[in-house]
Amino acid sequence: RTSITSRYETVYRSTTAQEEAALDVATAREADAALHLLQDASLGALTVYVVPETSSHLPQGINVYVGKHRSALVRAGGGLATLRTRLQQLTQVMSFTASSIAAALSDRLPDGQLGPDARRHLKSSLGYEITFSLLNPDPKSHAVDWDIEDAVNRYVQPVLDKLSLVANFSVDSQILYYAVLGVTPRFDKESSSFLLSAHSLPHVINPVEARLGSSAASLYPVLNFLLYVPERSHSPLYIQDKDGAPVSTNAFHSPRWGGIMVYNVETPASPQASLPLHVDVDMVRVMEVFLAQLRLLFGLSREELPPEFLLESPGNEGLANWELDRLLWAHTVENIATVSTTLTSLAQLLDKIGNIVIKDDVASEVYRAVTSAQSAMAKLAVGHLHSAFQASKEAVTSSERAFFDPSLLHLLYFPDDQKFAIYIPLFLPMAVPILLSLAKIVREARQRKKEPTKMD
Amino acid sequence: FQDQAEQFFRSGHTNNWAVLVCTSRFWFNYRHVANTLSVYRSVKRLGIPDSHIVLMLADDMACNPRNPKPATVFSHKNMELNVYGDDVEVDYRSYEVTVENFLRVLTGRIPPSTPRSKRLLSDDRSNILIYMTGHGGNGFLKFQDSEEITNVELADAFEQMWQKRRYNELLFIIDTCQGASMYERFYSPNIMALASSQVGEDSLSHQPDLGIGVHLMDRYTFYVLEFLEEIHPASQTNMNDLFQVCPKSLCVSTPGHRTDLFQRDPQNVLITDFFGSVRKVEITTETISLDSDLAGFESKLPKDELATEPQKYAEQLPVAQIIHQKPKQKDWHPPGGFILGLWALIIMVFFKTYGIKHMKHVF
Repeated sequence: RTSITSRYETVYRSTTAQEEAALDVATAREADAALHLLQDASLGALTVYVVPETSSHLPQGINVYVGKHRSALVRAGGGLATLRTRLQQLTQVMSFTASSIAAALSDRLPDGQLGPDARRHLKSSLGYEITFSLLNPDPKSHAVDWDIEDAVNRYVQPVLDKLSLVANFSVDSQILYYAVLGVTPRFDKESSSFLLSAHSLPHVINPVEARLGSSAASLYPVLNFLLYVPERSHSPLYIQDKDGAPVSTNAFHSPRWGGIMVYNVETPASPQASLPLHVDVDMVRVMEVFLAQLRLLFGLSREELPPEFLLESPGNEGLANWELDRLLWAHTVENIATVSTTLTSLAQLLDKIGNIVIKDDVASEVYRAVTSAQSAMAKLAVGHLHSAFQASKEAVTSSERAFFDPSLLHLLYFPDDQKFAIYIPLFLPMAVPILLSLAKIVREARQRKKEPTKMD
Repeated sequence: FQDQAEQFFRSGHTNNWAVLVCTSRFWFNYRHVANTLSVYRSVKRLGIPDSHIVLMLADDMACNPRNPKPATVFSHKNMELNVYGDDVEVDYRSYEVTVENFLRVLTGRIPPSTPRSKRLLSDDRSNILIYMTGHGGNGFLKFQDSEEITNVELADAFEQMWQKRRYNELLFIIDTCQGASMYERFYSPNIMALASSQVGEDSLSHQPDLGIGVHLMDRYTFYVLEFLEEIHPASQTNMNDLFQVCPKSLCVSTPGHRTDLFQRDPQNVLITDFFGSVRKVEITTETISLDSDLAGFESKLPKDELATEPQKYAEQLPVAQIIHQKPKQKDWHPPGGFILGLWALIIMVFFKTYGIKHMKHVF
């Protein structure tokens, strides 16, 4: 049985003159930018500035401002108790919590503690593959053009660069023609549009999935982002949520799989427009949704916030530094847990099959996994997130390589009872005359011992 | 509140896999291939894509010289249903269907050169359907007339899968004689098992086809297939209905099932949880705001071309090595204790029986 504890280390100090100067600007955003240059906050650390109640940085009604790096501004006032509550809420938002750690360990917790929906985020992996697909079911009516390469370079790559600390990413894209969704949308007279209801969404993905393809070479998890341009006969197409209201993003996502967005083509002004219509996809709108879905797939949601909080938008970078830290905390914990269960399971397997042969490279991988895991745990206890994460990644790689080595198949090693069952039928009949002769020898020797006394 | 209650009874899986194994070969075992292909067809129809199905068949039916209708495998007497079809994707065919490969697929201990289509890349949120058919006995299943897999080995393989969290829930269906013996030894959690017959009973085949000359399907799988034909991706039929399929009057053998290792009540387990691929979806309500004017180009330096070595085609056959190879010097080891002891015993017995006087001829 293993347990995990977590704690925060808090240090209180007064601001330096430079920080005072940095805070002496008009808006919180500028203050945040200026403060970021001053700090040398390492991964995992947060700096919180308590500003006076009358400070003009924070707009009315907002008491906490969270920047996009690793600092936050909290309004003082209402006494120390209020301040403490606000600080606690802030750490819940910006840093790891007991529930986020529990979610990272969800497949190792005793069942029943978390619901079945607890862990839907992507598992920690060394790399991910992202595939953007454009689905055009009606090429006769729509000639769709999307400048995906430019969009990936401009919008996706900065986000992936920020996430490069977490894993390796590879991106590809494709266009699929005559790929239809699995569900026929209903026509709604009131809005004169076609609607996909929320409960039909789960069946949309399956027919398309067979055609999406996945890279034959890589074993990393694949994230699919699909852009669907509805047929002319089914335009415009809107997605309805559970209450029947149309969804503003016109998109939905599936945990651990990816996301789909429906892109409606405006009907041309003149009905005699020649087919096929040329469509230039607005990549900004599309990427805003896809990148938001990417964040949600990784578990970075900004939904549940206390009302007086204001979060700075991360802009083109896609995620704030403290969100990256949260991801790293969760992944490090998950990696270490994975290593410990893998190695325990391997040890149990070796105990069960006494005569299994461990090759040298498997043994060295196990040693490396153990030392890396121990170093990761030590660094995690001190709070050095970056090195802890790297160590945990090494530990996971080594332990997976050791566990999944092809030579450890239990089938290849015979248990002792099977060996007896095979060799006994051969040696038992052979041994019968030998044993009988032995018995005869012993009898004769005993008789000879008695004989000399008699013969004389 | 009702939403929460619904969520509690739902399965927590996010993807589905299927491993379908037919362990027989030769023309007279046509029905086992038809069984497996029927389940394959149903599973594909309900949504699991080929990339998530590992199909292991001997695949010697469709192009068998004795097949009067080449390139087809029928599952019904009047040749109504060709389950071979145009788009069957067999991952392990012919002599690749061995116990070792099957266990490697399950446990994941696969050589690194194996292609992606031959791997079971499941994770802790995968529901896996495992269907096996062939000839079996009390505690074992025969693979291709040359080897067997025992129920202990199968249970150990599932335990290895559980240790590495390679499945969320597992449904094991077996259609062989004495099939219930195969699931007796399971001890890992979250496994539900169904078998076509109890220990001591034989599973019978359904009907011969006079045109093809062999039995086309086994009874249990025939009725399961009939049952599955009624299921569509949105149906709410649960496992209790599957347990009722093929009562003794139709099947002659008594189908059995085992649910004690399974955590949820079979009443709440949908058929599509295992046979189909119904994904959990969430509406995307958040967006981020992107600044389109931001010159992403400036900050992005052109990626340095990674200096790669010129690739060479790997030598497939080290011909030079083979031609000039000297016979390997085998190190000589003295005979071990057991052999020495045996020889000593035999020699001693020989000389004792025939008299010690022969010994002086040796020395």
